[in-house]
Amino acid sequence: MSSAAQEAVPVLAAPARRTFKVPKTTLLGAAILLLFFACAAFPDQIAPYAPNKFDYRALLKPPSAAHWFGTDNFGRDMLSRTIWAARIDLQIAVFCTLFPAIFGTFAGCIVGYVGGLVDGVFRRIVDVAITIPFLVLVIAIVAVLGPGLINMYIAVSAVNWIIYARLIRGEIISQKRRDYAAAGKVMGYGPARILFRHLLPNAISPIVVYWMTDMALAILLGSSLGYLGLGAQPPTSEWGVLIGDARNFMTTAWWMSIFPGIAIVLAGTGFSLVGDGLAKLVRRR
Amino acid sequence: MTILSVLARRLLHIAATVVLVTLLIFALMHLLPGDPVLMLLGEKASDAGIAQMRHQLGFDRSLFEQFWVFLGQMATFRFGDSITMRVPVASLIRDRLPITLMLTGMAVVLALLIAVPLAFVAALRQGGVVDTMIRVVSQVSLSMPVFYIGLILLITLAAGLRWFPVGGIGTGFVQDLYYLFLPALTLALSLSAILLRNLREALIEVLNADFVSFATAKGLLRSTVLGRHVLRNAWISTITLLGLHAGSLVGGAVITETVFAVPGVGRLMIDSIFSRDYAVVQGLTMVLAVMVSVVFLAVDALQAVLDPRVTA
Repeated sequence: MSSAAQEAVPVLAAPARRTFKVPKTTLLGAAILLLFFACAAFPDQIAPYAPNKFDYRALLKPPSAAHWFGTDNFGRDMLSRTIWAARIDLQIAVFCTLFPAIFGTFAGCIVGYVGGLVDGVFRRIVDVAITIPFLVLVIAIVAVLGPGLINMYIAVSAVNWIIYARLIRGEIISQKRRDYAAAGKVMGYGPARILFRHLLPNAISPIVVYWMTDMALAILLGSSLGYLGLGAQPPTSEWGVLIGDARNFMTTAWWMSIFPGIAIVLAGTGFSLVGDGLAKLVRRR
Repeated sequence: MTILSVLARRLLHIAATVVLVTLLIFALMHLLPGDPVLMLLGEKASDAGIAQMRHQLGFDRSLFEQFWVFLGQMATFRFGDSITMRVPVASLIRDRLPITLMLTGMAVVLALLIAVPLAFVAALRQGGVVDTMIRVVSQVSLSMPVFYIGLILLITLAAGLRWFPVGGIGTGFVQDLYYLFLPALTLALSLSAILLRNLREALIEVLNADFVSFATAKGLLRSTVLGRHVLRNAWISTITLLGLHAGSLVGGAVITETVFAVPGVGRLMIDSIFSRDYAVVQGLTMVLAVMVSVVFLAVDALQAVLDPRVTA
């Protein structure tokens, strides 16, 4: 081979290597998430006060230099409580989505690949799940199990996996018609190998993108249940619980409900901005 | 296919789904771990008290018998008696359902009034300042829980400016409209964030479609193209979207009614959970599922009327 040809290869290859410029909004989202993860990991170092320390000399104080987010009806520092709550709410984001994502992906793979009767049964499950409003179904399950964080995880997971399964099912069905799936079969590979080693890697990206959005949704749902008194229970600091605690002080102490709410909105925005960035990255491929 | 045959098929499908929903509710209430009687009476209840309550609720009968009774109750929409309020569940629901229907109806109208014009502006001026602003606002409101939107409206418009009552319900239709305005606006804001985002995408797609270029090339006025060609397609996507989000609208109503102390079925559901009134919870779950099914059917009907491709 001539030296010219050898040199020509990298020159030709260079423009073909697609670089992905990370959008500014994605960076913003990542920065927000980083902030919250820091709060969740080291709340005792970041928060100025202990989250449940009563101070009867500072009841229902508006935001000040000593208490940036004000204090609640027990004199607890709202900034510290909001920071500690990040730990619970990020836990909600992960625990309400992790099992559904894994189990749903697995179930959706099987359903999409096997088809037939299994698929028929799954489609009936989907029909039922979209007919009963998501929140109502979760609330009904929590009603039977009893309120609390763990039961909330169980209730949400019991419903949420269906969304993942439905997503991956569609992807698998479209992938299994491709030539490479047939090629795998001709090569003599078993169905498990074709499904999980060949089809799944090509079908997984919408799941990853949805997972980000779903973590934002999980925080919304978890804080809503906390607000209603069905999720995390006081005195646990959780953004929804904090806002629920503020119910009787809405007109007199607006800071009690406004700041934890801003935390929810920021965290949700962080997850969806990162999700949007991932979606763009996947679409470029 | 005619519209009627499309609807008949959907109706059958929905009926089958409702039967499955019934099964699921029964399974939820009877097969999940956790003893309703124990939760109702507390851990310290006497054995005799527990036995009596079991008998009263019919839990001492065989599962099959219980299922039979349950089916009868669901099929006739009677749902038995409320455990704590000692009145038929059906009458409780009948009293409160109109309020929830009015709330969600107002919310849908408000959401359309907010989302459709904004989506048009955003889609026509893609990438412009207004478009960017609309997108930022809808992005933020997408991350806002319904109860928080409600709280902000409560603190500012009701408690602060005193334009609206802080909660509850009025007497008579006109007063109800006034009392339900803030709760409906709360729901509408959270719904319009979803509508806006999807509608903008749908409109951009329609605006770039060949038939729109063709209509413009024919020399039709911009207003005619938008009003007759684009709007019709926009309606179809809006209605589809509304149908898809009927469930989250009902879920939102549950939360909104709690925030604003609106005595609708959502509030009833939450109250029943805390008073461990299983009869009410299962009756309500059933009614809400049927309501969503009816919305699905209505959406199919509207689509069939608006979109000739459905019946083609």
